[in-house]
Amino acid sequence: MKFRSLIFANLFRKKFRLILTVGSFAIALVLFTFLGVVKSAFNRGVEVAGADRLIVVDRVGLMQLMPVSYGDKIRAIPGVKYVTHDHWFGGVYQDEKNFFPQFVIDVENHRQVYPEFIVPDEQWNNFVKDRQGCIAGRRLAERFHWKVGDRIPLKTTIYGAANWEFNLDGIYHTDKEGGDEGQFWLQWKYFDETVPSVIKSTAGWYILKLDSPDDAVRVAKAIDEKFANSSDETKTETESAFAAGFAKQFGNIEFLIMTIGGVVFFTLLLVTGNTMAISVRERTNELAVLKAIGLTDRTVLFLVLAESLVISFIGGVLGLFLAWGAIPAVSAALTGLLPPLLLSKTMLTLGLLFALFIGAASGLLPGIGAMRMRVVNAMRRV
Amino acid sequence: MIRVDGPSISNSLIQVRGLNKTYTRGGEQIQVLQGLNLDVDKGDFVAFMGPSGSGKTTLLNLLGGLDVPSAGSVTVDGDEITHMSGSKLTHWRARHVGFIFQMYNLIPVLTAYQNVELPLLLTKLSSSERRKHVETALGVVSLSDRMHHYPRQLSGGQEQRVTIARAIVSDPTFLLCDEPTGDLDRKSAGEIMGLIEELVSKYGKTVLMVTHDPLIAARAHTTLHLDKGVLVEAHKLEQGALAGGVA
Amino acid sequence: MAIPIIYNVRSVRARWTSAIVAVVGIAGTVGVFVAMLSLARGFRATLVSSGSEDNALIVRGGATSEITSGIGLDSVKIIQDAPGIARGTGGPLVTAEAVLMAPIPLISTGTDANVELRGVAPNVLEIRKQVKIVQGRMFIPGLTEVVVGKNANTTYSGLTLNNTIWLGTMQWKVVGIFDAGGSSFDSEVWGDSRLLTEAYKRPDTFFQSVTVHLTSPQALTQLKDSLTTDPRLNVDVTREIEYYAKQSTRMTTLITRLGGFVAFVMAIGAVFGALNTMYSAVADRGREIATMRALGFGGPSVVFSFLLEALLISFIGGVLGCLAVLRLNGITTSTINFQTFSNLAFAFKVTPDLLGWGVVFALVMGILGGMSPAIRAASLPVASALREL
Repeated sequence: MKFRSLIFANLFRKKFRLILTVGSFAIALVLFTFLGVVKSAFNRGVEVAGADRLIVVDRVGLMQLMPVSYGDKIRAIPGVKYVTHDHWFGGVYQDEKNFFPQFVIDVENHRQVYPEFIVPDEQWNNFVKDRQGCIAGRRLAERFHWKVGDRIPLKTTIYGAANWEFNLDGIYHTDKEGGDEGQFWLQWKYFDETVPSVIKSTAGWYILKLDSPDDAVRVAKAIDEKFANSSDETKTETESAFAAGFAKQFGNIEFLIMTIGGVVFFTLLLVTGNTMAISVRERTNELAVLKAIGLTDRTVLFLVLAESLVISFIGGVLGLFLAWGAIPAVSAALTGLLPPLLLSKTMLTLGLLFALFIGAASGLLPGIGAMRMRVVNAMRRV
Repeated sequence: MIRVDGPSISNSLIQVRGLNKTYTRGGEQIQVLQGLNLDVDKGDFVAFMGPSGSGKTTLLNLLGGLDVPSAGSVTVDGDEITHMSGSKLTHWRARHVGFIFQMYNLIPVLTAYQNVELPLLLTKLSSSERRKHVETALGVVSLSDRMHHYPRQLSGGQEQRVTIARAIVSDPTFLLCDEPTGDLDRKSAGEIMGLIEELVSKYGKTVLMVTHDPLIAARAHTTLHLDKGVLVEAHKLEQGALAGGVA
Repeated sequence: MAIPIIYNVRSVRARWTSAIVAVVGIAGTVGVFVAMLSLARGFRATLVSSGSEDNALIVRGGATSEITSGIGLDSVKIIQDAPGIARGTGGPLVTAEAVLMAPIPLISTGTDANVELRGVAPNVLEIRKQVKIVQGRMFIPGLTEVVVGKNANTTYSGLTLNNTIWLGTMQWKVVGIFDAGGSSFDSEVWGDSRLLTEAYKRPDTFFQSVTVHLTSPQALTQLKDSLTTDPRLNVDVTREIEYYAKQSTRMTTLITRLGGFVAFVMAIGAVFGALNTMYSAVADRGREIATMRALGFGGPSVVFSFLLEALLISFIGGVLGCLAVLRLNGITTSTINFQTFSNLAFAFKVTPDLLGWGVVFALVMGILGGMSPAIRAASLPVASALREL
């Protein structure tokens, strides 16, 4: 485009200011991206929830255990494809700080309900045969440098003080974006043998897979009705609703994030808008000469807009690049406290669009001013 | 007395010997001043004229310690300023030089009073002592009634008078004027020149002035032309022109 | 020898539109910085104030929180007779407690929160002396009555005076609201432990923790030695205040690290904003600066003057940021405490020293943003700047 040289010449006129503006842009974008990523981490449970899965818990509370016999009764309900059950193990690996979630799983049905967790068949078969076997997620195994064949000791206190040891028979991974590779699974059979009688033959919660997501409401109602007025009434909801319930307990954290986002947005607009305005003001004479030569008002507006778009694009790309580099480091610092911080393609695209939007918006006001400026007035202004 | 041939020993107020200034512009060396000499005595009023680019402003900068020559020396009242260090030169300038610029150069956010007071803040005078000097200076330029106005509330001529007041408030050794009437209309220009003449005749100030306007230059005692990097006296220039046919 | 400060003050005022950019940037950064720290402080303070110096908390050996601990009645009987425990009118000041979680909807979202229920001994108020009933009365042992903490009352729905709620398999009446001094207990619901365990179909001979009132803070060592060397027991004994302090570490670390990164990034942005403002100030005022230097104000004076101006701007930003955050002080929010898995209501705690740090932070940003423009101002070529149009 023929004005390219003019646009770039204007930008580089005051190199330092250009660097600062691009820099401010980049920083704001790093922040915007980071906040988006954190918000996603808080809501990870909801994001990866299966649309066709339901969770059944004891109505009285999460800590209550249900009879394991409920499993067959749930399976009998039309619309239910597979049912499995979990317990929260709550063990400590060496030190409290090394927290990771441990689940007691029902090996017969777990894979069907959670097809996104992939274990090589050979490893899985070994696990099934090994009462004291365990399986760890890929990220978890990397964190502690575990290899298949290692013996993993865990201490629990919930089920009476006990020292447990497991053989790492396999490592699972998932291809689902944001999927959790930090879990630890052990066998229900071994668990059931070892715990005090109060806890034998129980399930912590049930997870079932529906024939179709459309059946969710109907099936949930059917299950709760079935166990109404029994010794353990149930509460059934979709996996995403269940996860959302947890996420909502962080309540105001999200509000905080939104507020910061707002502050950043506003400040950024101010900074670039201000810079554009200053540079337009400085070049009043030149713009007037350009107009006198014959450039149309619209072209002048276009020039100003183009400049701010270039700034925002460069700043945006720079910011995203910095974010891409910094976020893994921050994620590592938050291991065990939050799910991993993931920068998705959607987030990157959103960030860039946001940057360009700001660029257009902040070039608009000075641009319109430049467009409207009468040549005569401009020449007179010193 | 003003001389441009520079005998090696003299006891004039301002002595310039062999002043050279070379600039590098776009890769080329341009020698603006070439071995310039000058003697100025106390109470002299001299105007410098010359075509644009001849180095008048450069000369003024060097005399005022705003720039350092490539070679040569400038001595004022016994002090050789050419080799003074940065901070010493700054101090010297504050004490000895009063500047009057074409563009007034007043601080827009300070009142006339505060602008005139600025040079005195560099001294050890107390607030009341400073007030006396400022009021006196403003009185000399007949602006006592506008002491607390801001520059934007003053006319061009009035702004220039504030500049003059600021230039004389610390009683400097000499005054340097760079196109003092350049931005003013005929009437105001006349008033300003009248004021400068009064500073010389009534208060015995030494004034060195750069101008391109021969009518303004005529108000000084002597006019010197900057020609090929050295100063030439007016009549000599005429002779040279008649002889060489250079306009 | 200094350039008058009034020059800077007036200059900032004259160019306030440009200064606003820097002020807002710094105010925002300081605000976030102080807000995050006061969030972490508030969380920690809530937990720390839950414990007192002369109480000891006893859990099963190796248990990292009450929820994962279990102590049988026979162990409680042994603990009751240990040395170092104060005695009240009814016997040793010991409360054996069952800790449970109940899903109760949050008033703010309508979705369930895991609320901590505590089955306590009838004389619990003699042991936790900082807890006071402020409305209604204490529950009567043997009746299905509960008292709720003041934060629980305002955060979870249905926990109002004289209201009846379902907990476990029984209905309970809320007969009192207590004030626990802003500690985690304020987010809890307390009832008779024997009945609560029954409502949740647990044996009433099984507890999660035992809290005792010591004869003196120093008595802890004596108690600890006695209990940990007893072969019939497998327990950990901690001073109550230390136990609760540890319960806050994960959440506090999360908030501090998250907030720290955000504040750090914002600080860089704010410094850029300040640099931008100061550089354009220097550029715009080239002639003024040159004039002052021509008059005799040396390099250092100019540097100092512009640095002062930057500090002035950043100070204003810092104060504004602090003022904005001040309004957050005392506002309650709630979150899950990862370590206990239960919901905890806590308040922003903005303290004078945090505000002080906020202002210092602002000034540091001001210096970083003002330094190079100031130096530039002092090294502008005077002669040409004097005459620039």
